[in-house]
Amino acid sequence: MRHDSTSTGLLWIGPWLLGFSIFTVLPVMLAVWYGFTDYTLLEPPIPVGTDNYTRMLDDPILGTVLWNTALFGVLSIVLGTVVSISLAVLLSNPVRFQSFWRAAVFAPSVLPLVALAVIFKLGYDPEVGIANTMIEGALGWAGVRGPNWFGSGFWAMTALLLISLWGVGPAVVIYLAGLRDVPKQLHEAASIDGVGRWGRFVHVVLPMISPVILFNVIIGIINAAQVFAVPVLLTGEGPERSTYFHSMYVYDNAFTFGDMGYASALGVLQFAIILLLTGAVLLAGRKLVYYRGA
Amino acid sequence: MIHVLLVLVAATALLPIGYMLAISTGGPDPAAPLLEGGPGETADRIRGNFGHVLTDDSTNFPLYLRNTLWIALLGVTGTTISSAIVAYGFSRVRWRGRGTAFIVMLSTMMIPFPVVMVPLFTMFREIGWIGTFAPLWVPAWFGNAFSIFLLRQFFLTIPRELDDASRIDGCGHVRNFIHIILPLSIPALLVVALFHFMFVWNDFLGPLVFLTHRDQFTLALGLQLFLSKLGQTPWNLLMAATTVMVAPVLVLFVLMQRTFVEGISTAGSKG
Repeated sequence: MRHDSTSTGLLWIGPWLLGFSIFTVLPVMLAVWYGFTDYTLLEPPIPVGTDNYTRMLDDPILGTVLWNTALFGVLSIVLGTVVSISLAVLLSNPVRFQSFWRAAVFAPSVLPLVALAVIFKLGYDPEVGIANTMIEGALGWAGVRGPNWFGSGFWAMTALLLISLWGVGPAVVIYLAGLRDVPKQLHEAASIDGVGRWGRFVHVVLPMISPVILFNVIIGIINAAQVFAVPVLLTGEGPERSTYFHSMYVYDNAFTFGDMGYASALGVLQFAIILLLTGAVLLAGRKLVYYRGA
Repeated sequence: MIHVLLVLVAATALLPIGYMLAISTGGPDPAAPLLEGGPGETADRIRGNFGHVLTDDSTNFPLYLRNTLWIALLGVTGTTISSAIVAYGFSRVRWRGRGTAFIVMLSTMMIPFPVVMVPLFTMFREIGWIGTFAPLWVPAWFGNAFSIFLLRQFFLTIPRELDDASRIDGCGHVRNFIHIILPLSIPALLVVALFHFMFVWNDFLGPLVFLTHRDQFTLALGLQLFLSKLGQTPWNLLMAATTVMVAPVLVLFVLMQRTFVEGISTAGSKG
């Protein structure tokens, strides 16, 4: 067994070190610096101390976008976790054409978000869209009318949450791998003890896949904090800014209002929130997650 | 019972794709019945819709397709080569500080794009890269954290004895990497190439920030441009354009399903 010198190691990871310095460390440092300046691109950044951060405290739009992002994040993660675990359990059954069913469930996740947004823009159209056609086809006899999906904050947010469910494919694949790794003996031992299907799911399967849930929740937080393309194309800011999310606000400040300083400070805030939440989830995970052999 | 559920779930999952295809074969009224007027008229409409989209003057989809393919080709090549080199350094080369450096690399995946978006814009503007493809593919040549992670996991599964044997034969790390590790890692390299291709195809915010001129647009921006003319653009044409963007990734998915699934399960089970 040979041990290499540190310089050999650094040389091999050199491409990443270089790229990391130029495209990550430098921009993050610049973002922190711009966050303390007034910067319009037309002239060099003017230091303004913590103005951008105190401005956040009485920026009602920031409050709205943070609330919207948090609401979307929590609901889409909870909904996505429940749906993807259910789908994984369903697809783990040994049935004929198993690979077809799995492929069908995964397929929509490869659609580019822009394409998905265009498809749903028509799908949710109150007049001619398939969503309301189906709702009225099924429940029209009871006088139920399809909602005006983009007309109210509630329905616009609901529309976005529903769309996010067509992207659960990767999570389902990861849960399927997790379910496959649950030892058969545990199932058998529990059923000998007279534990029913639901009991086995709650007391055996869920604890065994809890590390996978933790992983998916962290990925979910990172993604939800950055939700951008679908709302931009589908709902825009939404009625009363109900679907205006943090990344959209950063983009608008930077490239619509030309306020690079405030946009950078908002980006730093976003980064800090992701770090805090991921840390909190990991800490909570220590208590709640079961690690085999730990 | 379980089959009923499976059929329902699969139908729901495939609904957006089916809907897109159905509308793209129809007339301007999306509420008109599917395959109206029989197979002959439907075939004419398909030719008309796709022909219109592919030759439309204001939105040049063949050009957007070429632009996207070009960025994807450069990015996929770069990210695969560089990530493999870095992953070798994180798996087959043993050096002090490797573990720490690896954790640092993994944690960079948490950095949201919006925080670096403004500085990257000003940096690229400084060197004249705004309005060129460079910001969209040059960074890919310096390795991508997720790809490096996937390749490292794969490299670690290759028996160490192979390294020892090649060293006895007088091979250094470079030859070991090129002649032993890379040929054994084709499936993992394919995963990385495929994921980066999907990333480029899907990326909306990157092109939106860095590209300035219509001639440089990617499919994502082109489709947005087409959508913004909704009102003048009938739905059947919009869906035909969407199909143009979606078809390549769907074909890739059908052909490379195993690669997708393996890549994702590796990421999940060893994360």
